[in-house]
Amino acid sequence: MKGNGVTGNANPLRRVGALFDGARDWWERAKTWQRYLVYLGAIVFALILPAPWIGSFMSPGADWTTVLIYPIGTYILLAVGLNVVVGQAGLLDLGFVAFFAIGGYTLAYFATEHGWSYWPTVVFGIFLAAVSGVILGAPTLRLRGDYLAIVTLGFGEIIRITANNTDEIGGARGIPNIPHPTDMPSLGIEFGVLPAPYYYLMVIAIVLVIIFSVRLQKSRVGRAWAAIREDEDAAELMGVPTFKFKLLAFAIGAMIGGLAGGIYAGKAVFIEPNTFPFILSATILAAVVLGGAGNLPGVMLGAFVIAWLPERFREVDWLKHALGKDPAEYRILLFGGVLVLMMALRPEGLLPSRRRKAELHEGTGGMGTMGAEVAGPDTDVSTTEAAK
Amino acid sequence: MLDDFLNQFLPSTVGGLVFGSIYALIALGYTMVYGVLRLINFAHSEIFMIGTFTSLVVITAIAPASPLTGIALFGVMLLIIVASAAISGGAAMLLEVVAYRPLRRKGATRLTALISAIGASLFLQELFALVIIPWLTGNAGRNQQSAPRIVDRDTVFTIGNAAVRTDHIIVVVAAVIMMIALDRVVNKTKIGRGIRATAQDPEAAVLMGVSIDNIVRVTFLLGGAMAGVAGALYLMEFENTVFNVGFVLGIKAFTAAVLGGIGNLRGALLGGIVLGLIENWGAIFLGSEWKDVIAFTVLVVVLMFRPTGILGESLQKARA
Repeated sequence: MKGNGVTGNANPLRRVGALFDGARDWWERAKTWQRYLVYLGAIVFALILPAPWIGSFMSPGADWTTVLIYPIGTYILLAVGLNVVVGQAGLLDLGFVAFFAIGGYTLAYFATEHGWSYWPTVVFGIFLAAVSGVILGAPTLRLRGDYLAIVTLGFGEIIRITANNTDEIGGARGIPNIPHPTDMPSLGIEFGVLPAPYYYLMVIAIVLVIIFSVRLQKSRVGRAWAAIREDEDAAELMGVPTFKFKLLAFAIGAMIGGLAGGIYAGKAVFIEPNTFPFILSATILAAVVLGGAGNLPGVMLGAFVIAWLPERFREVDWLKHALGKDPAEYRILLFGGVLVLMMALRPEGLLPSRRRKAELHEGTGGMGTMGAEVAGPDTDVSTTEAAK
Repeated sequence: MLDDFLNQFLPSTVGGLVFGSIYALIALGYTMVYGVLRLINFAHSEIFMIGTFTSLVVITAIAPASPLTGIALFGVMLLIIVASAAISGGAAMLLEVVAYRPLRRKGATRLTALISAIGASLFLQELFALVIIPWLTGNAGRNQQSAPRIVDRDTVFTIGNAAVRTDHIIVVVAAVIMMIALDRVVNKTKIGRGIRATAQDPEAAVLMGVSIDNIVRVTFLLGGAMAGVAGALYLMEFENTVFNVGFVLGIKAFTAAVLGGIGNLRGALLGGIVLGLIENWGAIFLGSEWKDVIAFTVLVVVLMFRPTGILGESLQKARA
């Protein structure tokens, strides 16, 4: 009966999950040429994705390519970044949007006020995001996991409120007229009003970040993160400098967030403090957890679902009539409900990695820093021998 | 600058005490649940929000033509406090059953529970914004809802240049009474002993015949009721509320709980008051728009230098 506390209504979700599990098992056994075939397929898919005939189904009301850039592409990029922190190192970050904001604001401020050109400024934004990740992480990463969550939440709010109160960076009015990315005439690429170049820019960014992330996961660093996630004390005893690696995870996650901010600001042309609310942090976290923290395809699927569904629901006429409101208004309500349901039915997410699933099913620990030192009430008393 | 500070020091102190009392009441709920379950009940801020709306409905139903005094005031205050405490306490118990109990049964990790809590928090906020507030008040759910005044802003006495008003006294006195009552319940009653036992060692508590489910239920009920009282006092003092009123107040109350030592009831009181004072004094220098930043910075600094808070974490150590 283990892990079977909820029966009946769990079945559909379980069946979907089993389908994903099967796909994952196939992937783990797949030969190299099969994997490259899948990579090729994925790239071709990404290239033809903005095609109008796909868009007419996926997004009948809004421009599909634009929807692909924001929210879908941006969410995926952010989710891959947050996955480094939450999924790989097992640190709960509730203020990830802060790094997105730092990337965006760096570009906006230096490009409009000081006339810096696009690419160096984006790189500088990534650098600043990494620095702020270290500054935030250094004092707080020694904390227990759930304290860390609240401190990062506070940090996200500090950044937003500071942006709101600082006239130098536009205050509550935000920063308009952010320049587009530099054109590349030699390649015939022009970043103007049309969304297509931004889409391909986004795809390139996502692919690079994925390669980076996978390489990291397979390296010594990735193994150290996994060790920290599973049992921080044991990792420390085995000679893993846990603090250093946690800080590294924070900095790398922050860099990806900063990159996303730069790309977003270059497309959106205008940012303001309310572009970066807490709910965005929660949404990205929901995407990571929904998809299956630690597993990149899962995380991307989660981000896609969470970014796309509300946009799509907006266009469903009968839903609009039934609710009497724009169905997208209900998206946060749905997120909330789905998060609660998901945690009760399939806490490991839709498409978890095998290892992560095992960790979660073990019951205690699993999230390393969270509760590893307290074998207390969370080791559910009602299922221990004492209660039987 | 220093002149400003000296001029505003006493009025800020009064304001800080009022805010601090409300933080402290909300912090009690965080602290108790954390003490017993090791869970940051992120949705506790929404329990507070439900308290403010309960009071709003009751006050609007009574609709006094002018601010009240004497017995009438006492009666109405008692009514909104009891109503808010009951509804918030009930909501907290329901929250436990829906969002946390299934996870406890499965022995889920604390991360799982925290994410479930965030989900429940978003769900409750949006449920109010989209459905319940329009239904209760007929206004757009995302707008600020204001309540009629029930307490006159009369100055009762002055300390230096600080005017202490009736409403200030009501907030602080009511908060202190509630906290003393809760302290008695936890330290002197049988159910309180159960709470302390569960916080110390749940398995041993089960062996000693404590029903964990009951204890958890009572913990949520008591914490929720305190948040309800905080909601009633908040509405009386500030005369408006909004669907996400709990968000910032909740984080600050959690900060207060950590500041005093999470799991420690008296720590929550101390932490609430200290936080209220620090952010109000800090606001004299930096301006009130920086209040939240001051509070969160305090949280980071406290966790850096004294992660167990001022009084230490002690519901488990039976000192609470």
